[in-house]
Amino acid sequence: MSTATATKPAVAAAPTSGKKLTPEQIEAFGKELDDLRARIVADLGEKDADYIRDIVAKQKKLELTGRALLWAGWFPPAFVGGVAALSLSKIIDNMEIGHNIMHGQYDFMNDPAYTSKNFDWDNTIHADSWLYTHNYIHHTFTNIYGKDHDAEGYGVMRMSEEQPWHPIWLLNPVFCGLLQTFFQWGTAIQEFETEKVFKGERTLADLKPAFARFKEKALKQALKDYVLFPALSGPGAPFTFAGNALANLTRNLWASSVIWCGHFPEDVEIFTVAETEDESHAEWYYRQIRGSANFTGSKTVDMLSGNLSHQIEHHLFPDIPAYRYKEISVEVKALCEKYGVPYHQDTMVNQLLSVYKKVYKLSLPDSFWTKSK
Amino acid sequence: MSLIAQRLTSSALARRVLNSSFAAALTTPHGVDRYVEMIDPLWSSTEIRAEVTEVERKTADSVTLTLRPNSLFNGFKAGQFVKLSVEIDGIRRTRCYSPANSQFRRDGQIELTIKVDPNGLVSPWLLANAKPGMIVQVSQAQGEFFIPLPHPRSILLISGGSGITPVMSMLRTLTERAYIGKVTFLHYSFTEDDVIYRKEIAEIEEKYEGIRIIRAYTNADNGDLQGFFSREHLVAADKHFAEAETFLCGPMPLMDGVRAVFEAEGISDRLHLEQFAAPTRTVATDEATGTLTFGASEVEVENNGQTILEQAEAAGLTPDYGCRIGICNTCVFKKDSGTTRNVLTGEIDSDEDVNIKTCISAPCGDVSIAL
Ligand code: FES
Repeated sequence: MSTATATKPAVAAAPTSGKKLTPEQIEAFGKELDDLRARIVADLGEKDADYIRDIVAKQKKLELTGRALLWAGWFPPAFVGGVAALSLSKIIDNMEIGHNIMHGQYDFMNDPAYTSKNFDWDNTIHADSWLYTHNYIHHTFTNIYGKDHDAEGYGVMRMSEEQPWHPIWLLNPVFCGLLQTFFQWGTAIQEFETEKVFKGERTLADLKPAFARFKEKALKQALKDYVLFPALSGPGAPFTFAGNALANLTRNLWASSVIWCGHFPEDVEIFTVAETEDESHAEWYYRQIRGSANFTGSKTVDMLSGNLSHQIEHHLFPDIPAYRYKEISVEVKALCEKYGVPYHQDTMVNQLLSVYKKVYKLSLPDSFWTKSK
Repeated sequence: MSLIAQRLTSSALARRVLNSSFAAALTTPHGVDRYVEMIDPLWSSTEIRAEVTEVERKTADSVTLTLRPNSLFNGFKAGQFVKLSVEIDGIRRTRCYSPANSQFRRDGQIELTIKVDPNGLVSPWLLANAKPGMIVQVSQAQGEFFIPLPHPRSILLISGGSGITPVMSMLRTLTERAYIGKVTFLHYSFTEDDVIYRKEIAEIEEKYEGIRIIRAYTNADNGDLQGFFSREHLVAADKHFAEAETFLCGPMPLMDGVRAVFEAEGISDRLHLEQFAAPTRTVATDEATGTLTFGASEVEVENNGQTILEQAEAAGLTPDYGCRIGICNTCVFKKDSGTTRNVLTGEIDSDEDVNIKTCISAPCGDVSIAL
């Protein structure tokens, strides 16, 4: 075992995670972030309301265009155009609109149509289930192995060294590919934590309420995309069916890629339950930054990723309108530099390469590579 | 375009189609409204939206809006109020106003007169910005302040300042329905120029013999009465006030004055009133005061200064929560009234009808929450 370790280079070293800050430094750092937050919150208003309404207006037009074109899907250009428009519609609906509204970023408007509690998205995961798995669990316990289910590869991938190796993880790349392909279904049943049922930690009865939510939402989504709209196309039904499936697939691949870039790149840190116990508000900030990663890209990429290209800022301020993260990032980066906090950022391609490297690396037994800690 | 669209969407057939479960299934999860409003901004199957059709500035410090609500609005009884919501700088603000028109107005529109509070937010904004074509939201009519059926034989209406609006609606409704009893209307204002419905009142006075109007001015001596309300004023207005049913709406001092006289006479049960408390602008203090009301559970507790979530749990309720540090939104509930303080930032929120995170909000004084 040890011989294998010796022959592998130390690929998993975390070069950017410098020395840890002292408790006083962390508190001072947190205070500066609080001040930054207060400044942005005080500035929220018409500009932000106009922004989200404008995005929604565009998304609706894309959606209607997509559905209309696919209605004539037997005509190849209409099929291609329809898939493109509907894919974009679903991506924007999920990323820049749904994800962000459901975080309460636009709650300040007091408009029921833009309120986190009322909103639901064009996706098979039930809004309530999402609010629990994502807004609560993932955002509170970000990258704490044992608490953040996302950090456990959604229960179907091995994404952390903390997770013991098992021969089944030889299929890690396959699982990753499957999860990306069926991402909306994966997140829709994430709440079940099915792997815990196999391990005997949960019973089937525990899944009942989650299953009811899944059934309610997923059935409606499937009915719309795979029965009603195809049926409305009459003889063109197969084209509409295929077009809708392709649009869902495009969205799945894109959304999962964006999310993979946010927490799975190799230099992003994973935390233990013990080291994060009794964490202060400032320490929570500190962990959010070390446990997230940004990617660079154009304005369009920012929008299509729901501004999760600024995952770090999103994790610091999950309820501030996401299109503001870009302007906020300038200050966050400066603060990180000042305090010596690692700020993970790279191009989207590099971040994805780093993730896939990790997927392959962790599929192998630990003895094939060197541990990073 | 939008008018044609509105004709179309409000036709019976269109309503049937748009409200069908088939339309809902096609537009899931967003619902039909989100798409129909692209051609008809008044359309909604859940929200009463209204178009401002007319804006009039009857006095220097008031603005009168005429609104055409969509078909969800069920009408009102003269004297009741609606909650009007407008968006100011991207934030929806809600205030209560009483329609001033007859409840039988044929075109179904409602008329709201808004007195401008220079320290307020919504009223100065409306004075400056309201214009025809604007879309606003209104609630269904609310309140117990209306003339009961069958109508009493003698009615005394008393109002002061902008409290004239519900009373004006009563007056207009009674005249329009050819009410045969006796109506006396005693109205207080600073001067003649401050009477918001001066012209309309004069017209009614001329047209209907059974209606007596008494104008009382507190800052001028050319009225029927001078100064503030007193028993003498009451007698001068209607000697037989004790036999009438009295409807009162106005500022606090007037309300208190009338209430005291009616109590002394032992006829408080004949006095009906509508109170428009100005929105409380409480300053946060460290002392915990007031009552915290959980509206949906019908539970009340003395505010102990803790967060609303903690106080709810202490009262035996089990509201949803997640992170308890203000990031996940699980603990959001609607605040019906009162002022809260964000315990993380110290920010004060006095708005009504807004969603708040109960895990990081503590009440300042009386707060009512839909939990
Ligand atoms: S419990 Fe998470 S925001 Fe209140």
